[in-house]
Amino acid sequence: MMKKILLLAAIALLAFALWPFVRDVGLAEPGALATAYLEQGPAELGTANVVTAIVVSYRGFDTLGEVTVLFTATAGVGGLLARRKGHGKKKAAERGASDASEILKTASRLLSPLLVLFGVYIFLHGHLTPGGGFQGGVVIATAVLIGLLADPEAGLAHGVMHLVEGLSGFAYVALGAAGLWFTGVQEGFLDPRFLPLGELGRLASAGAIPVIYSLVGLKVGAELTGILDAMKEDAE
Amino acid sequence: MLDGRTTLDLVIGFLGLLMILAALWSVLAKRLLSSVLLSGGVSLLASLVFLALGAPDVAMTEAAIGSALTTMVFLYSLSRMKVECDASEDGGRS
Repeated sequence: MMKKILLLAAIALLAFALWPFVRDVGLAEPGALATAYLEQGPAELGTANVVTAIVVSYRGFDTLGEVTVLFTATAGVGGLLARRKGHGKKKAAERGASDASEILKTASRLLSPLLVLFGVYIFLHGHLTPGGGFQGGVVIATAVLIGLLADPEAGLAHGVMHLVEGLSGFAYVALGAAGLWFTGVQEGFLDPRFLPLGELGRLASAGAIPVIYSLVGLKVGAELTGILDAMKEDAE
Repeated sequence: MLDGRTTLDLVIGFLGLLMILAALWSVLAKRLLSSVLLSGGVSLLASLVFLALGAPDVAMTEAAIGSALTTMVFLYSLSRMKVECDASEDGGRS
Protein backbone atom coordinates (compact mmCIF):
# COMPACT_ATOMS: atom_id res chain seq x y z
CA MET A 1 0.00 0.00 0.00
CA MET A 2 2.74 2.41 1.04
CA LYS A 3 4.67 1.51 -2.12
CA LYS A 4 1.68 2.32 -4.30
CA ILE A 5 1.17 5.71 -2.64
CA LEU A 6 4.85 6.55 -3.11
CA LEU A 7 4.66 5.48 -6.77
CA LEU A 8 1.61 7.67 -7.35
CA ALA A 9 3.33 10.60 -5.65
CA ALA A 10 6.41 10.13 -7.85
CA ILE A 11 4.27 10.05 -10.99
CA ALA A 12 2.36 13.16 -9.89
CA LEU A 13 5.64 14.97 -9.22
CA LEU A 14 6.94 14.02 -12.66
CA ALA A 15 3.72 15.22 -14.30
CA PHE A 16 3.97 18.52 -12.38
CA ALA A 17 7.60 18.95 -13.48
CA LEU A 18 6.80 18.25 -17.14
CA TRP A 19 3.59 20.30 -17.28
CA PRO A 20 5.20 23.60 -18.45
CA PHE A 21 6.63 21.86 -21.54
CA VAL A 22 3.23 20.41 -22.42
CA ARG A 23 1.45 23.71 -21.81
CA ASP A 24 3.78 25.76 -23.99
CA VAL A 25 4.14 23.29 -26.84
CA GLY A 26 4.28 25.06 -30.17
CA LEU A 27 4.11 28.51 -28.60
CA ALA A 28 7.76 29.25 -27.89
CA GLU A 29 9.71 31.41 -30.32
CA PRO A 30 12.69 29.62 -31.91
CA GLY A 31 15.96 30.60 -30.22
CA ALA A 32 18.83 32.46 -31.85
CA LEU A 33 20.54 29.32 -33.19
CA ALA A 34 17.29 27.86 -34.55
CA THR A 35 16.47 31.16 -36.23
CA ALA A 36 19.90 31.23 -37.85
CA TYR A 37 19.43 27.66 -39.14
CA LEU A 38 15.95 28.48 -40.48
CA GLU A 39 17.10 31.61 -42.27
CA GLN A 40 20.49 30.50 -43.56
CA GLY A 41 19.92 26.80 -44.23
CA PRO A 42 18.19 27.05 -47.61
CA ALA A 43 20.54 29.78 -48.84
CA GLU A 44 23.78 28.20 -47.63
CA LEU A 45 23.13 24.55 -48.42
CA GLY A 46 20.28 24.59 -50.94
CA THR A 47 18.03 22.27 -48.92
CA ALA A 48 14.29 22.83 -49.01
CA ASN A 49 13.95 20.72 -45.82
CA VAL A 50 15.80 22.54 -43.05
CA VAL A 51 15.75 19.50 -40.73
CA THR A 52 17.91 17.62 -43.22
CA ALA A 53 20.33 20.55 -43.50
CA ILE A 54 20.79 20.42 -39.73
CA VAL A 55 20.99 16.62 -39.45
CA VAL A 56 23.37 15.99 -42.34
CA SER A 57 25.44 19.15 -42.43
CA TYR A 58 25.33 21.48 -39.41
CA ARG A 59 25.16 18.54 -37.00
CA GLY A 60 26.68 16.04 -39.44
CA PHE A 61 29.19 14.83 -36.91
CA ASP A 62 26.39 13.85 -34.52
CA THR A 63 24.74 11.88 -37.31
CA LEU A 64 27.99 10.03 -37.95
CA GLY A 65 28.01 9.22 -34.24
CA GLU A 66 24.42 7.95 -34.39
CA VAL A 67 25.25 5.71 -37.33
CA THR A 68 28.21 4.38 -35.35
CA VAL A 69 25.98 3.69 -32.33
CA LEU A 70 23.53 1.78 -34.52
CA PHE A 71 26.38 -0.19 -36.06
CA THR A 72 27.72 -1.08 -32.61
CA ALA A 73 24.26 -2.19 -31.48
CA THR A 74 23.85 -4.40 -34.55
CA ALA A 75 27.31 -5.87 -34.12
CA GLY A 76 26.54 -6.57 -30.46
CA VAL A 77 23.23 -8.29 -31.20
CA GLY A 78 24.79 -10.30 -34.02
CA GLY A 79 27.76 -11.31 -31.88
CA LEU A 80 25.63 -12.37 -28.89
CA LEU A 81 23.14 -14.35 -30.94
CA ALA A 82 25.65 -15.95 -33.31
CA ARG A 83 27.36 -17.65 -30.37
CA ARG A 84 24.40 -19.97 -29.82
CA LYS A 85 23.99 -21.00 -33.42
CA GLY A 86 24.13 -24.61 -34.39
CA HIS A 87 21.88 -26.16 -31.78
CA GLY A 88 18.14 -26.01 -31.45
CA LYS A 89 17.65 -25.41 -35.14
CA LYS A 90 14.67 -27.30 -36.42
CA LYS A 91 12.47 -27.18 -39.47
CA ALA A 92 9.25 -25.21 -39.14
CA ALA A 93 7.14 -28.34 -39.41
CA GLU A 94 8.99 -30.02 -36.52
CA ARG A 95 8.48 -26.97 -34.31
CA GLY A 96 4.78 -27.22 -35.04
CA ALA A 97 4.71 -23.70 -36.43
CA SER A 98 1.77 -23.04 -38.67
CA ASP A 99 2.18 -21.72 -42.17
CA ALA A 100 1.51 -18.04 -42.83
CA SER A 101 -2.00 -17.29 -44.01
CA GLU A 102 -2.84 -16.82 -47.67
CA ILE A 103 -3.82 -13.19 -47.06
CA LEU A 104 -0.44 -12.38 -45.48
CA LYS A 105 1.47 -14.14 -48.26
CA THR A 106 -0.40 -12.35 -51.07
CA ALA A 107 -0.23 -8.99 -49.29
CA SER A 108 3.50 -9.34 -48.68
CA ARG A 109 4.13 -10.07 -52.36
CA LEU A 110 2.24 -6.90 -53.21
CA LEU A 111 3.52 -4.68 -50.38
CA SER A 112 7.21 -5.58 -50.04
CA PRO A 113 8.39 -4.11 -53.38
CA LEU A 114 6.23 -1.03 -52.87
CA LEU A 115 7.65 -0.51 -49.36
CA VAL A 116 11.22 -0.80 -50.64
CA LEU A 117 10.39 1.72 -53.36
CA PHE A 118 8.82 4.05 -50.77
CA GLY A 119 11.87 3.77 -48.53
CA VAL A 120 14.19 4.65 -51.41
CA TYR A 121 11.92 7.58 -52.28
CA ILE A 122 12.05 8.84 -48.68
CA PHE A 123 15.82 8.88 -48.46
CA LEU A 124 16.37 10.21 -51.98
CA HIS A 125 14.02 13.13 -51.27
CA GLY A 126 15.35 13.73 -47.76
CA HIS A 127 16.56 17.22 -48.67
CA LEU A 128 13.19 18.20 -50.17
CA THR A 129 10.44 16.62 -48.08
CA PRO A 130 10.16 15.38 -44.47
CA GLY A 131 12.11 12.19 -43.95
CA GLY A 132 15.59 11.03 -44.78
CA GLY A 133 18.10 8.27 -44.38
CA PHE A 134 16.92 6.90 -41.04
CA GLN A 135 13.24 6.96 -41.98
CA GLY A 136 13.87 5.43 -45.41
CA GLY A 137 16.11 2.72 -43.97
CA VAL A 138 13.49 1.85 -41.36
CA VAL A 139 10.78 1.56 -44.02
CA ILE A 140 13.02 -0.78 -46.04
CA ALA A 141 13.55 -2.93 -42.94
CA THR A 142 9.76 -3.07 -42.54
CA ALA A 143 9.47 -4.39 -46.10
CA VAL A 144 11.92 -7.18 -45.26
CA LEU A 145 10.00 -7.85 -42.03
CA ILE A 146 6.76 -8.43 -43.95
CA GLY A 147 8.59 -10.82 -46.26
CA LEU A 148 10.01 -12.74 -43.29
CA LEU A 149 6.57 -12.95 -41.67
CA ALA A 150 5.01 -14.37 -44.82
CA ASP A 151 7.77 -16.88 -45.49
CA PRO A 152 9.78 -17.69 -42.33
CA GLU A 153 11.92 -20.21 -44.22
CA ALA A 154 13.25 -17.58 -46.62
CA GLY A 155 16.91 -16.80 -46.07
CA LEU A 156 18.52 -13.40 -46.51
CA ALA A 157 21.52 -12.82 -48.74
CA HIS A 158 23.90 -12.13 -45.87
CA GLY A 159 26.88 -11.46 -48.10
CA VAL A 160 25.05 -8.74 -50.01
CA MET A 161 23.78 -7.20 -46.76
CA HIS A 162 27.26 -7.03 -45.23
CA LEU A 163 28.67 -5.63 -48.46
CA VAL A 164 26.00 -2.90 -48.66
CA GLU A 165 26.45 -2.00 -45.01
CA GLY A 166 30.23 -1.87 -45.10
CA LEU A 167 30.49 -0.04 -48.41
CA SER A 168 27.89 2.59 -47.51
CA GLY A 169 29.51 3.24 -44.14
CA PHE A 170 32.91 3.59 -45.79
CA ALA A 171 31.52 5.87 -48.52
CA TYR A 172 29.82 8.05 -45.88
CA VAL A 173 33.10 8.71 -44.10
CA ALA A 174 34.89 9.12 -47.45
CA LEU A 175 32.35 11.79 -48.50
CA GLY A 176 32.87 13.54 -45.19
CA ALA A 177 36.61 13.56 -45.78
CA ALA A 178 35.98 14.79 -49.34
CA GLY A 179 34.13 17.77 -47.85
CA LEU A 180 37.20 18.49 -45.75
CA TRP A 181 39.53 18.15 -48.72
CA PHE A 182 37.73 19.88 -51.57
CA THR A 183 36.11 22.83 -49.82
CA GLY A 184 39.18 23.85 -47.90
CA VAL A 185 39.99 23.21 -44.28
CA GLN A 186 38.03 26.24 -43.02
CA GLU A 187 34.76 24.58 -44.13
CA GLY A 188 35.35 21.31 -42.38
CA PHE A 189 34.48 17.65 -42.22
CA LEU A 190 31.16 16.54 -43.79
CA ASP A 191 30.67 19.81 -45.67
CA PRO A 192 28.37 18.89 -48.60
CA ARG A 193 29.24 21.86 -50.75
CA PHE A 194 32.01 20.27 -52.79
CA LEU A 195 29.26 19.18 -55.20
CA PRO A 196 27.22 21.92 -56.95
CA LEU A 197 24.32 23.21 -54.85
CA GLY A 198 21.95 23.41 -57.81
CA GLU A 199 18.52 25.00 -57.72
CA LEU A 200 16.48 24.97 -54.50
CA GLY A 201 13.79 22.29 -54.62
CA ARG A 202 15.25 20.11 -57.39
CA LEU A 203 16.14 16.46 -56.81
CA ALA A 204 19.77 17.04 -57.85
CA SER A 205 20.50 19.89 -55.47
CA ALA A 206 21.99 20.60 -52.04
CA GLY A 207 25.47 19.32 -52.90
CA ALA A 208 26.36 15.97 -51.40
CA ILE A 209 23.42 15.88 -48.95
CA PRO A 210 21.20 13.51 -51.02
CA VAL A 211 24.19 11.20 -51.61
CA ILE A 212 25.09 11.13 -47.92
CA TYR A 213 21.49 10.56 -46.86
CA SER A 214 21.06 7.76 -49.40
CA LEU A 215 24.15 6.05 -47.99
CA VAL A 216 22.79 6.47 -44.45
CA GLY A 217 19.48 5.00 -45.65
CA LEU A 218 21.14 1.93 -47.17
CA LYS A 219 23.25 1.43 -44.05
CA VAL A 220 20.34 1.76 -41.61
CA GLY A 221 18.17 -0.52 -43.75
CA ALA A 222 20.86 -3.21 -43.94
CA GLU A 223 21.60 -3.00 -40.19
CA LEU A 224 18.00 -3.22 -38.99
CA THR A 225 17.37 -6.08 -41.42
CA GLY A 226 20.42 -7.79 -39.95
CA ILE A 227 19.04 -7.43 -36.38
CA LEU A 228 15.67 -8.85 -37.45
CA ASP A 229 17.30 -11.76 -39.22
CA ALA A 230 19.53 -12.55 -36.23
CA MET A 231 16.49 -12.49 -33.89
CA LYS A 232 14.50 -14.69 -36.26
CA GLU A 233 17.24 -17.29 -36.57
CA ASP A 234 17.73 -17.32 -32.83
CA ALA A 235 14.01 -17.82 -32.20
CA GLU A 236 14.04 -20.93 -34.39
CA MET B 1 -16.76 27.75 -32.29
CA LEU B 2 -13.52 25.81 -32.14
CA ASP B 3 -10.42 27.34 -33.65
CA GLY B 4 -7.59 25.28 -35.08
CA ARG B 5 -5.49 25.33 -31.96
CA THR B 6 -8.28 24.09 -29.70
CA THR B 7 -9.13 21.29 -32.12
CA LEU B 8 -5.46 20.26 -32.22
CA ASP B 9 -5.35 20.30 -28.43
CA LEU B 10 -8.47 18.13 -28.26
CA VAL B 11 -7.08 15.62 -30.78
CA ILE B 12 -3.75 15.39 -28.97
CA GLY B 13 -5.47 15.14 -25.59
CA PHE B 14 -7.69 12.32 -26.84
CA LEU B 15 -4.75 10.44 -28.35
CA GLY B 16 -2.75 10.98 -25.16
CA LEU B 17 -5.59 9.57 -23.08
CA LEU B 18 -5.74 6.51 -25.34
CA MET B 19 -1.96 6.13 -25.00
CA ILE B 20 -2.16 6.19 -21.21
CA LEU B 21 -4.98 3.65 -21.23
CA ALA B 22 -3.12 1.34 -23.61
CA ALA B 23 0.07 1.65 -21.55
CA LEU B 24 -1.77 0.84 -18.30
CA TRP B 25 -3.55 -2.09 -19.96
CA SER B 26 -0.28 -3.43 -21.32
CA VAL B 27 1.25 -3.37 -17.83
CA LEU B 28 -1.77 -4.98 -16.21
CA ALA B 29 -2.50 -7.56 -18.94
CA LYS B 30 -2.24 -11.19 -17.84
CA ARG B 31 -0.88 -12.53 -21.13
CA LEU B 32 2.55 -11.40 -22.32
CA LEU B 33 1.36 -11.43 -25.93
CA SER B 34 -1.29 -8.82 -25.15
CA SER B 35 1.30 -6.69 -23.37
CA VAL B 36 3.61 -6.77 -26.39
CA LEU B 37 0.83 -5.88 -28.83
CA LEU B 38 -0.51 -3.09 -26.61
CA SER B 39 2.92 -1.50 -26.20
CA GLY B 40 3.12 -1.54 -30.00
CA GLY B 41 -0.24 0.21 -29.97
CA VAL B 42 1.13 2.92 -27.67
CA SER B 43 3.84 3.61 -30.27
CA LEU B 44 1.26 3.73 -33.04
CA LEU B 45 -0.79 6.31 -31.11
CA ALA B 46 2.40 8.27 -30.37
CA SER B 47 3.12 8.41 -34.10
CA LEU B 48 -0.38 9.86 -34.63
CA VAL B 49 0.42 12.53 -32.02
CA PHE B 50 3.66 13.40 -33.86
CA LEU B 51 1.69 13.63 -37.11
CA ALA B 52 -0.81 15.99 -35.48
CA LEU B 53 2.07 18.13 -34.19
CA GLY B 54 3.40 18.48 -37.74
CA ALA B 55 6.37 16.09 -37.66
CA PRO B 56 5.61 13.48 -40.35
CA ASP B 57 9.21 12.22 -40.44
CA VAL B 58 9.29 11.51 -36.71
CA ALA B 59 5.85 9.90 -37.04
CA MET B 60 7.16 7.63 -39.80
CA THR B 61 10.13 6.52 -37.68
CA GLU B 62 8.00 5.97 -34.60
CA ALA B 63 5.46 3.88 -36.53
CA ALA B 64 8.10 1.72 -38.21
CA ILE B 65 10.47 1.30 -35.23
CA GLY B 66 8.07 1.44 -32.30
CA SER B 67 5.12 -0.50 -33.60
CA ALA B 68 6.64 -2.77 -36.25
CA LEU B 69 10.27 -3.62 -35.52
CA THR B 70 10.23 -3.47 -31.70
CA THR B 71 7.03 -5.52 -31.54
CA MET B 72 8.61 -8.10 -33.82
CA VAL B 73 11.77 -8.30 -31.72
CA PHE B 74 9.60 -8.83 -28.60
CA LEU B 75 7.52 -11.46 -30.39
CA TYR B 76 10.63 -13.36 -31.49
CA SER B 77 11.96 -13.36 -27.92
CA LEU B 78 8.53 -14.41 -26.65
CA SER B 79 8.45 -17.37 -29.02
CA ARG B 80 11.94 -18.32 -27.89
CA MET B 81 10.90 -18.16 -24.24
CA LYS B 82 7.91 -20.34 -25.06
CA VAL B 83 10.08 -22.98 -26.76
CA GLU B 84 12.29 -23.16 -23.65
CA CYS B 85 9.27 -23.32 -21.31
CA ASP B 86 7.72 -26.09 -23.41
CA ALA B 87 10.93 -28.05 -23.29
CA SER B 88 11.32 -27.76 -19.53
CA GLU B 89 7.81 -28.07 -18.12
CA ASP B 90 5.61 -29.50 -20.83
CA GLY B 91 3.90 -26.55 -22.44
CA GLY B 92 2.72 -23.89 -20.01
CA ARG B 93 0.50 -21.20 -21.45
CA SER B 94 2.25 -17.95 -22.20
